[in-house]
Amino acid sequence: MKQLLTLNINGESHEVWTATHKTLLEVLREDLHLIGTKHGCELGECGACSVLIDGAPVLACLILPVEVQNCEIQTIEGLAENGVPHPLQTAFAEQGASQCGYCSPGMLMTAKAFLDKKSNPEAQEIRQALSGNLCRCTGYSKIVEAVEQASKQTTEIQ
Amino acid sequence: MLRLPPFEYHAPKSIAEAVALKAEYGELAMYVAGGTDLFPNMKRQQFTPQNLIGLRKIPELFQLVFDQDGTGLTLGAGVSLNEVAEHPDILKNYPALAKAASLVSAPQLRNMGTIGGNLCLDTRCTYYNQSYQWRKALGFCLKKSGDTCWVARSSPKCLAVSSSDCAPVMVALEAEFCLASPAGEAVKTRIVPASEFYKNDGANFLNKTADELLVSIRLPTYYSGKSGIGWKMNYRKLSRRNAIDFPLLGVATAFRQKDNGDCAEARIVLGAVGSSPLRADEAEKILQDGSLTLERIEDAVQAAAKLAKPLDNTDMTLSYRKKMASRFITEAFNEVLKV
Repeated sequence: MKQLLTLNINGESHEVWTATHKTLLEVLREDLHLIGTKHGCELGECGACSVLIDGAPVLACLILPVEVQNCEIQTIEGLAENGVPHPLQTAFAEQGASQCGYCSPGMLMTAKAFLDKKSNPEAQEIRQALSGNLCRCTGYSKIVEAVEQASKQTTEIQ
Repeated sequence: MLRLPPFEYHAPKSIAEAVALKAEYGELAMYVAGGTDLFPNMKRQQFTPQNLIGLRKIPELFQLVFDQDGTGLTLGAGVSLNEVAEHPDILKNYPALAKAASLVSAPQLRNMGTIGGNLCLDTRCTYYNQSYQWRKALGFCLKKSGDTCWVARSSPKCLAVSSSDCAPVMVALEAEFCLASPAGEAVKTRIVPASEFYKNDGANFLNKTADELLVSIRLPTYYSGKSGIGWKMNYRKLSRRNAIDFPLLGVATAFRQKDNGDCAEARIVLGAVGSSPLRADEAEKILQDGSLTLERIEDAVQAAAKLAKPLDNTDMTLSYRKKMASRFITEAFNEVLKV
């Protein structure tokens, strides 16, 4: 069964005619070609598909788009503004917090939601906030350092 | 790609509408709230409902109400696990519940998953939580589509494990569950004590019919009293990692201490050691109405640890889990009693 969905993604309204049983991850990638959000375990165990719904990080692989039609959806494509990278993106690049990069979109979105709520977090709080995002390359240290750097930068800007 | 099998989606706006839809479609329909337990299972074809009844548009399921006369809390089944974990009044009045909710999986999943979903969590097993092809190659198992329990081939019942973090706490706190079901045009409700809601059979683990919907949870009040005298409660979880993993052992405790420090009442419930949360009656009796000496605590630990008979159907080795049971229960007691 197919249906017409209206999704508000990164501030833009998208109309998409798609199968009801497709997950938000599948609709983002296959119907809307927003392929920044990555496709990992598909079972809610790895965090690669993390996106923000009304500012809170959730797993797109376990969400039905029909249930988030009136919500604000944010994906990695909307993180940079007017071509200027978000402080988190800059920090990830500077700290070498990405290696293969597959977990980075999910890490960045989860970290963004966390920093929006919490300024100057402790390293342990960052680890806790990112505990649902698996990374097989970096060993996490550089990711935590990048989030620390970004949090300092955003505090300075404010 | 693991895709969801096709279904038709319904979004009722009230409990009455939801149970009426369930009555209409019967076995062809399932309820879904957060979806964090159901969708992985649907992707592995453990469930293939033709209709899904989404519960997100039902305001009654999201209530979180403390009675004005201080007799307790009514918690809607649709409240997210993160809200349970972070709500200041739950942290203050039911710290064990807040802690259990905060230890479920990871932050993203707790934003989606609901307290009702965690309390109705499907039982888990190495031979069950696998893809369709994997299970088919083995000839399926007693829990789904097969007739052999691969954990213990002579077992007449399924040995899948109750893996909810919040369920043992609800049993320890003697919560009551409110279930709604269709009765003609009307809605029928039934109140079940948490201890009677769970059955020690992995394939048939809930005292709940398929058309019944868990609507709310009712928790009595636990006064923590002055200067720490009164109720003390805690939940402790053993797992390989501190995030994402299901418990290998959960220990929910609630103790009421007298003014002189003696134990007046003890409630000890173990999670993830059977197909239901298990109440450690013998250990409770040892501690009840007596001083909390190290010897008595040690006796209670040994009595509780006897309930943990690990089977080879979860993470980590059998010998590790066997050795950890008494050690971990000791830590749990020490943490709550600050011995």
